[in-house]
Amino acid sequence: MSYISNTADQSQAMLAACGLSTMEDLFQDIPKRLKPRSFNLPEAMSELEVHSRLKRMAGRNAADLTCFIGGGYYEHFIPAAVDAATMRSEFYTAYTPYQPEISQGTLQAIYEYQSQICRLTGMEVSNASLYDGGTALYEACQMALNTTGREQIIVDGGVNPIYCKILESYMANHAEVKLTKIPAAPGQAQRDRIKAVLCDETAVLVLQNPNFFGTVDDHSDLVEECHKRGVLVIQLVYPIAMALLKTPGEMGVDIAIGEGQSLGIPLSFGGPYLGFLATTKNLVRKMPGRLVGRTVDRNDKECFVLTLQAREQHIRRDKAISNICTNQALCALRAHVYMSLMGREGLRELAGICHARAEFAKARFKQIPGVQVAESAPTFNEFTLRLPKKADAVVGELVGRGIVPGLPLGRFYSEMENCLLVAVTEMRTKAEICKLAENLESVL
Amino acid sequence: MKIIFDKSVQGRRGVTLPQLEPGVEAQLKIDGRYLRAQPAELPELSELDVMRHFTALSNRNFGVDSGFYPLGSCTMKYNPKICEKVAALDGFAGLHPFLPQLPQGGELTQGALEVIYELEALLCEISGMAACTLQPLAGAHGELCGMSLIAAYHRDRGNTEKKEILIPDEAHGTNPASAVGVGFATKPVPTDPVTGRLDIEALRGMINDRTAGIMLTNPNTLGIFNSEIDQVVELAHSHDALVYYDGANLNAVLGAFRPGDAGIDVMHINLHKTFATPHGCGGPGSGPVCVRENLVEYLPVSRVVKKQDNTFALDYEQPKSIGYTAPFYGSFLVYLKAYVYILSLGRQGLIEASQHAVLNANYLMNMLKSDYDLPYDRRCMHEFVLSASRQAKQGVHAMDIAKALIDRGFHPPTVYFPLIVKEAIMIEPTETESKETLDTFIQAMKEIAAVANSDPQSLNAAPVNTRISRPDEVQAARGMDFNYCPQD
Repeated sequence: MSYISNTADQSQAMLAACGLSTMEDLFQDIPKRLKPRSFNLPEAMSELEVHSRLKRMAGRNAADLTCFIGGGYYEHFIPAAVDAATMRSEFYTAYTPYQPEISQGTLQAIYEYQSQICRLTGMEVSNASLYDGGTALYEACQMALNTTGREQIIVDGGVNPIYCKILESYMANHAEVKLTKIPAAPGQAQRDRIKAVLCDETAVLVLQNPNFFGTVDDHSDLVEECHKRGVLVIQLVYPIAMALLKTPGEMGVDIAIGEGQSLGIPLSFGGPYLGFLATTKNLVRKMPGRLVGRTVDRNDKECFVLTLQAREQHIRRDKAISNICTNQALCALRAHVYMSLMGREGLRELAGICHARAEFAKARFKQIPGVQVAESAPTFNEFTLRLPKKADAVVGELVGRGIVPGLPLGRFYSEMENCLLVAVTEMRTKAEICKLAENLESVL
Repeated sequence: MKIIFDKSVQGRRGVTLPQLEPGVEAQLKIDGRYLRAQPAELPELSELDVMRHFTALSNRNFGVDSGFYPLGSCTMKYNPKICEKVAALDGFAGLHPFLPQLPQGGELTQGALEVIYELEALLCEISGMAACTLQPLAGAHGELCGMSLIAAYHRDRGNTEKKEILIPDEAHGTNPASAVGVGFATKPVPTDPVTGRLDIEALRGMINDRTAGIMLTNPNTLGIFNSEIDQVVELAHSHDALVYYDGANLNAVLGAFRPGDAGIDVMHINLHKTFATPHGCGGPGSGPVCVRENLVEYLPVSRVVKKQDNTFALDYEQPKSIGYTAPFYGSFLVYLKAYVYILSLGRQGLIEASQHAVLNANYLMNMLKSDYDLPYDRRCMHEFVLSASRQAKQGVHAMDIAKALIDRGFHPPTVYFPLIVKEAIMIEPTETESKETLDTFIQAMKEIAAVANSDPQSLNAAPVNTRISRPDEVQAARGMDFNYCPQD
């Protein structure tokens, strides 16, 4: 299959216009010694053949299991209109809106997305998006280090371990940065342990709500304590839970970040996802990523442009506050369409369904002999179970029956081999929850 | 056009959700002190309201499907629709990334792991490199990953003095920003004003024991191929410095040059540029990193391996790995599209894609060089850089020419980049455009050049055929209106 428009005659005419006779002449700047030593690739395929082959490959993936895995990445229903709106090719075949006069669609959409994120998190300003929640944590930490001029990062034990691994990878290049991790345990943030390491060298405290184990918290007291010492606070949040829970804005958090995948973006085997980052107006010049502002044109007509670009790499080069350029605009657009469809009441109702079914599941699983819920504090739609045997073994047995009962935590924390992290969204019905309970009973 | 929040009507709904089953209590089991005081003021709209809003927004946009989009350095080629169809298959889109990490979970995702394994192998053959990771989430993220690999290499060898990266002055801004992001300092290497290539003598004078690496793009941002690239590599290696190849312009040289054959140590590939994955208003991208043998052990985890029984599995046992650069396996649905594209075109199709990209660029350059200045008048690769210096004397600047092109139905080229060319107009037509389209563009550019002489002021007013005129950017920065608050 070829997507070239020009015919052989046209190409010949164009070569002649350039004073050349063959295609090879175009590549005369590449000396013989630099010609490819090999280029062994398959022969072309027709669209029909490619589609059949990929359909076969897709069929070798078990995307239809009854899955209770979350761990920061959730299966939510995606209304058909999300695809219909975002698959308009004026959106997906456009690039970064460098020419605002013919990019008002993208620019207004990003401005509205920024506003939606602010309303959801209670923060004052959101950027246009980052790659994902994990890299958003890295960017937010950089932002805090730059703002405070300090070098210690404290990460609470409730922060998603995958995000921690990403942060560790990048901070390995910055020997001056001291990364302090509070030991992980189901339940709310361990105030005493955090306060024991908090000091005047601390740049930032990283918290998550609901945390990785599903526990809901109010971090206002920690924020107050941090601000007394000039320490910034980053809070990771789950956007669906934000429909109900106390917001980072209400707690006084400085930088709210998170994974936006739940907002109308399919699980996609790990990406593309959506990192969101929102902060306060006084930190906006330290904020990474694109930003759209509302302004007027020469005729005083309302319009939108990329703004505060002096923060960015294409202007500041080595002095830029981040190297990010491309963001996740189409994923942000999906999130925006999703939030617009759900609306004020729809998102609350959805969050309520997730919570209600999760509470039903929690109560049901508690009745299974030997099974305990690991935390006594409230949870939103995810909770940690302690099983009487290794969670890996239980998962292994149930996968064969078409059910994935949750995420075994031994993979992240060696002392939690018997722990299983269970997530319930609106996709899991009461019947499926009961079926999982019965299956757990049969293998425990 | 109204902001979406101003279209909100209290009580209107865009989705209907399932009812809770009997026995499932609706009551919140979370104490009030953990709850938000007021609901998030998301708009209240019907599905039709939402579709009308976003359709109206899309009508205020310009994509490759709308018309010619010769945005230099961005490679705005046609995006085949089959790629979207494949990416929407439930077996890919609906797949939870934790599945292959479960005990025996690899069996659940053999098709997806095979895509990763095969695409990595294809990218290695295309680039001539030894190994590949698909983890990086965009080109700039690939740079960050590649720079981390260079840092890890030197750390492992105890090369504590290696703190500097040398970067040509014509490079993309991401290059210095990425090097600094990994803790390096950067120094710009000048471009030879005659050849448009990296000044290798200047480089010779700058390289020393502090040099950790050199970062270069070939063909460079002027669209010129550096035939001395192997000598640059040799020079770097003689100082134990590594060479990073920014694959932003790999679309020019498919089947004509492989970075690996020139001894390049590490590179990234912008899949959206070279392999036609859609740009999506600015992302999501995908920036796989390929390395020579010397850097394989530092690649991020997980790696996908093929076992003796021909099944695929994830491997995390890489003690020298730089760790995680992304949460899972990269932008899977993006690189899946690149995989479909590579399979569709095949070996010959990829070679022809580069040939036509270079032919289209040379044709445009030859047809326009009498009307505009061409600072580097030599054969170009996939793109070339004109200068509006001649027109600027009449008060018509590169930006005015860009806006005049908008009035004539085109997306403008990149302007004011690369920074080393005054009044730069950077044009990249791509291989998918036809001669008719290029001829219409040539006519428009010639006409604008003529108007720049006869009626320069009229171009300062452009665009006039659009829904808005030029925005007040100073007001945007000063007003700091990033979040819609109707009471303001």
